[in-house]
Amino acid sequence: MTSFKRLTLLLLALMLAVSVTACGGAPAGGTKDVLTVGFIYVGPIGDGGYTFAHNEGRLYLEKELGSKVKTIYRESVLENAQDIEKAMNDMIAQGAKVIFATSFGYMNSVDKIAKENPNVKFFHCSGYMSNTTNFVNYFGRIEQARYLSGIVAGMKTKSNKLGYVGAFSIPEVVRGINAYALGAQSVNPAVVVKVRWTHTWYDPAKEKEAAVSLLDEGCDVIAQHQDTTSAQVAAEEKGAFAIGYNTDSPKAAPKAYLTAPIWNWGPYYAAQVKAILDNTWKPVNYWGGMKDGIVALAPLTSLVPAGAKAKIDALTAKIKDGSFNIFSGPILDQDGKEKIAAGSAVDDAGQLSMDWFVKGVEGTIEKN
Amino acid sequence: MDLAFLVDLFTAAVQVGTILVFATLGEILSEKAGNLNLGVEGMMLMGAVIGFTTSLATASPLLSILGAMLAGAFGALIYAFLTVSLRANQTVTGLSLTIFGTGFASFLGQNLMGLRVPEAVNRFFDPVLVPGLSAIPVLGPIFFRQNLFVYLGYVLCVVLGIYLGHTRPGLNLAMVGENPAAADAAGISVTRYKYTHILLGGALCGLSGAYLSLAYIPNWQENVSAGRGWIAVALVIFCAWSPYRALFSAFLFGCLDILGVRLQKFDINISQYFFDAIPYLATILILIFATLGKKKGRVTPAALGLAYFREER
Repeated sequence: MTSFKRLTLLLLALMLAVSVTACGGAPAGGTKDVLTVGFIYVGPIGDGGYTFAHNEGRLYLEKELGSKVKTIYRESVLENAQDIEKAMNDMIAQGAKVIFATSFGYMNSVDKIAKENPNVKFFHCSGYMSNTTNFVNYFGRIEQARYLSGIVAGMKTKSNKLGYVGAFSIPEVVRGINAYALGAQSVNPAVVVKVRWTHTWYDPAKEKEAAVSLLDEGCDVIAQHQDTTSAQVAAEEKGAFAIGYNTDSPKAAPKAYLTAPIWNWGPYYAAQVKAILDNTWKPVNYWGGMKDGIVALAPLTSLVPAGAKAKIDALTAKIKDGSFNIFSGPILDQDGKEKIAAGSAVDDAGQLSMDWFVKGVEGTIEKN
Repeated sequence: MDLAFLVDLFTAAVQVGTILVFATLGEILSEKAGNLNLGVEGMMLMGAVIGFTTSLATASPLLSILGAMLAGAFGALIYAFLTVSLRANQTVTGLSLTIFGTGFASFLGQNLMGLRVPEAVNRFFDPVLVPGLSAIPVLGPIFFRQNLFVYLGYVLCVVLGIYLGHTRPGLNLAMVGENPAAADAAGISVTRYKYTHILLGGALCGLSGAYLSLAYIPNWQENVSAGRGWIAVALVIFCAWSPYRALFSAFLFGCLDILGVRLQKFDINISQYFFDAIPYLATILILIFATLGKKKGRVTPAALGLAYFREER
């Protein structure tokens, strides 16, 4: 009887274990003539946002290069050295020769692992570190699309209070908030942007609650730098409006959704991996914009005020041909002091380290 | 810090706290039967995904809730079979249940991404004003202009409080958790009591998940509970296994959860990360006091975590 029980116990435990690994996705192994490409995600693919967008890029890569590549991925890898290094080492052990690490917090670990594995090429998303042999960073100028979404919000708001749910006060997020505020002020100078930090990229309930706190203060358009659609749902429940992020999400909150700054990673992934296959790859950092197609503004919904589309189309053309820089002066900082003079603009280095808010943003940049 | 700010804060705290209310009550039932079930997070996610799927298929709020509770109970059944019938280690089994439930929900949720619960279900969980009570200043908006889940939480706390403290089955259950051998000698079926209450506990965890996926965030998000199941496990100790205190503790933790974000409105010179850490610091403090306090041993079910072997009686 006891041995029967032990056997049943063992079988049940195995069943649990197998079902878990079966859900994990990433298949193991790798053959010689196929290039194995690994993707490391900060959230689950099912977030319908940031990680989902990267995964769409991975699927595009698979579709474009077909049998020449094999992709593996790992979801919800925490941004601490131990977890990220284990994830990367596992992938290298599985034969990965290319690794895309898709979150800011992975940066230092990617640098370290890249030094240890000169035969593997590393791509780090949204950071600023790189080396001259096998480690580059890549990102897109999503703030260009955020500026345009700011125009939509500035025209839509009645209370002239816009809410912005942000994850962390790092330059990437701060830049987006500034671009959004400048866009909104370009059509509605009275607008203020209130900022709330959640200290997490992914927590549906917390993101919603941050949005609710902004709505309670009278904001009537909510924008987000978060990976789920919860803030949009919060806006809809209170009869307000919302700007999404990452992917076009018209179904999440149909009565609130205006548009979203969105990512399109696929072409970049496919081009880089193809260059590696063709032996023409060079370690060059990449920071594409709307003209490269890596970022865009999602189609405007019917809730967007008439007249916005014409303005946005005109400006999109100017951003694409380079005749308009969203960070061109004069720009005042939060205290009303001139930060960028007329005739000049924030350069790339200034954008990558941006740690100040423009006038009309109500929030605090937390020093870590 | 004006009154309107506080009313908004506490109103939101009740909504966030309700996520924890059901799961905490569920874990209380399981622990009262002497079984520490660390699978709360897994059962919540199982409930969330089944509740969501049912709502898409049937557009019926009640069937969706039922489906979620059955899913939670199913998770608990695996746990109960392993720990009660096969006497496996409760901690390990509970942890595997959490991993299993998380994978289960991700797997079933693969094609649900971006979808929303049907309008009829969504509207069913719109705030409902309680006649009379909702007109009370301050307390009205905080406690009596909420959705049906919140009210269900109030009712369940009272019902379970009476059940555990003042009914024969409730007292029998306490005996099972304190001293299963004595309960067995008194003619109480230990196995039946354990199974019933572990399953009921699982159903309540599933209900927590349903609240998240049907009412609080009515579109599908993977891993929607984001670790709140673990807070529920800690809350059971915090509230000393009392369903009444469970309600208060859940709301308190809901408040602490959102306090950091809300205080950003004011220019307070304290790191926001400190506020984020408060719920966890509070848990540690309570654990310390619970261990040092005179009540030690009187509140924790004495046989908690131990498998019961009739042969060893």
